[in-house]
Amino acid sequence: MSNITSLTLTELVKNIKNKKISSEETTKAFIERGEKSRDLNAYITENFSNALEKAKSFDQKPNFDLKLPGVPMAVKDLFCTNGVKTTAGSKILNNFIPPYESTVTKNIWNEGAILLGKLNCDEFAMGSSNETSFFGNVQSPIDKDLVPGGSSGGSASALAANLTPITIGTDTGGSIRQPASFTGTVGLKPTYGSCSRYGIVAFASSLDQAGPMSKNVKDCALLQEIISTFDVNDSTSIDFKRNAYSKELTNNIKGKKIGIPKEYRVDGMSKEIEDLWVKGIEFVKNCGAEIVEISLPHTNYALPAYYIVAPAEASSNLARYDGVKYGFRSKGENLIDMYEKTRSEGFGEEVQRRIMIGTYVLSSGYYDAYYLKAQKVRKLIKNDFDEAYKKVDAILTPSTPSAAFKIGEKVNDPVSMYLNDIFTVPVNLAGLPAISIPAGVDAKGYPLGLQIIGKAFDEQNILNIAYAMEEKIEFKNKITDWWIK
Amino acid sequence: MTIDLKTIKHISKLSRISVDDEKVKKLAGDLNSIFDFIEKLNELNTNKVEPLTSVAETTLRLRVDEVKSKDIRDLILKNSPDENEDFFVVPKVIE
Repeated sequence: MSNITSLTLTELVKNIKNKKISSEETTKAFIERGEKSRDLNAYITENFSNALEKAKSFDQKPNFDLKLPGVPMAVKDLFCTNGVKTTAGSKILNNFIPPYESTVTKNIWNEGAILLGKLNCDEFAMGSSNETSFFGNVQSPIDKDLVPGGSSGGSASALAANLTPITIGTDTGGSIRQPASFTGTVGLKPTYGSCSRYGIVAFASSLDQAGPMSKNVKDCALLQEIISTFDVNDSTSIDFKRNAYSKELTNNIKGKKIGIPKEYRVDGMSKEIEDLWVKGIEFVKNCGAEIVEISLPHTNYALPAYYIVAPAEASSNLARYDGVKYGFRSKGENLIDMYEKTRSEGFGEEVQRRIMIGTYVLSSGYYDAYYLKAQKVRKLIKNDFDEAYKKVDAILTPSTPSAAFKIGEKVNDPVSMYLNDIFTVPVNLAGLPAISIPAGVDAKGYPLGLQIIGKAFDEQNILNIAYAMEEKIEFKNKITDWWIK
Repeated sequence: MTIDLKTIKHISKLSRISVDDEKVKKLAGDLNSIFDFIEKLNELNTNKVEPLTSVAETTLRLRVDEVKSKDIRDLILKNSPDENEDFFVVPKVIE
């Protein structure tokens, strides 16, 4: 079979189960393409020779009852993988080898998948363009010198470039949905508490969620079904009835009420995004759903609230990186000097900036004015959604205010970089599930995504809506392999 | 809102991140533009709003206090930048 790497996950699984292709053949194909694609800088750590060994041993004793039988797959380098270096895109962890496995990746390997390697990301998942990684920026396969989005930029790039059939990212403020939107792929941020946070390098614990990134909605549903499990090792994991998302997937969304929030028509939104949204509304109408105008009045306050809550939690989570027990250490004259030099040399600019913001808003005299205020605004934002969901089943918005931008374009203006996440951040603050699906292209041919936001624990519903829309949209990603010489 | 250089130095101390004068200046610029943006929250009256600390509406679960990971000392110490037999090593703290 010549086109192994361009198959969807569902097709790949079917071909392996029917013995049309072996795990070794599949793994070899992805490794070869990975080796030819190093200019994308999607990988931080390649696990190629190990993967090949595992594929061979799978083929010797295949178990076709598994959901991912011998399927090779690369994951974001924010998930701890037992015995395989895990860096979170940071110098401070550049030699860290976890002695344990994250629950999400463990679930994936238990279904027969094989680790191809660890994918690049913004340092500690703080960024929207993959430019803050200690291991360098990632190229988007869509066009040269274009950002793949972030923070799961390596995941998005590897997926769109066919270096992995499917992948996982993490999403604290849009880090799965924005890169999915920028690269013409599908990305799901599950409900807070759906996927275990155990073994994921922590950024902002009340917002972080792992989720699937895939070539289509069906693949996304299948991976979500695998990674979403109740886990005693995560104190905020929630024990709710999880669907067999891929089996229960249906394109019948007749009579569903879809909300269109007027506050998402932000100033300066490009005509292309506006048109895309209108097109999306037509698509859901054609699927038999009903459109309802709704209001989410506090939308404009989500981003400022996020930039208090997320850095505050980050400053606390990242206090553990002190150069004592693991990771990078700098030499110091005494203990404090060692701490300060280690953190100054080990963390990059954006991470230091966020630690400082977080430390400031939590410091004595400022806690009430900033942190408490932001938590109250967070409540108002959640109330907005609760109110809206009395009238609608899901909400349709653009995923991002623009298509992907060029590398270096926004790197010196943190606030303009933060504005990228204006449509995705409210969802994290409210803990809701949301999916981004590719829905069109801008004038330059760069992909644009639409976001469907659901009620808490209602992943099945937004997957169904996405599935129905996907059929109508018929999006095809144009990848020219420009980086392969 | 202006965060002055003295405050930046104070925050960097609290953050345990060493800074030189050039970095302090750069950080002051960045943080001020970010806080100008954050100030928008003051448009809202939140006196009667309860703060939201977690969206997971559950109480923390209790569990039995028992050791589950055994014999992992060597694995843990292996990641240490400096070790001596069974201990993590740090610069001298007692004069």
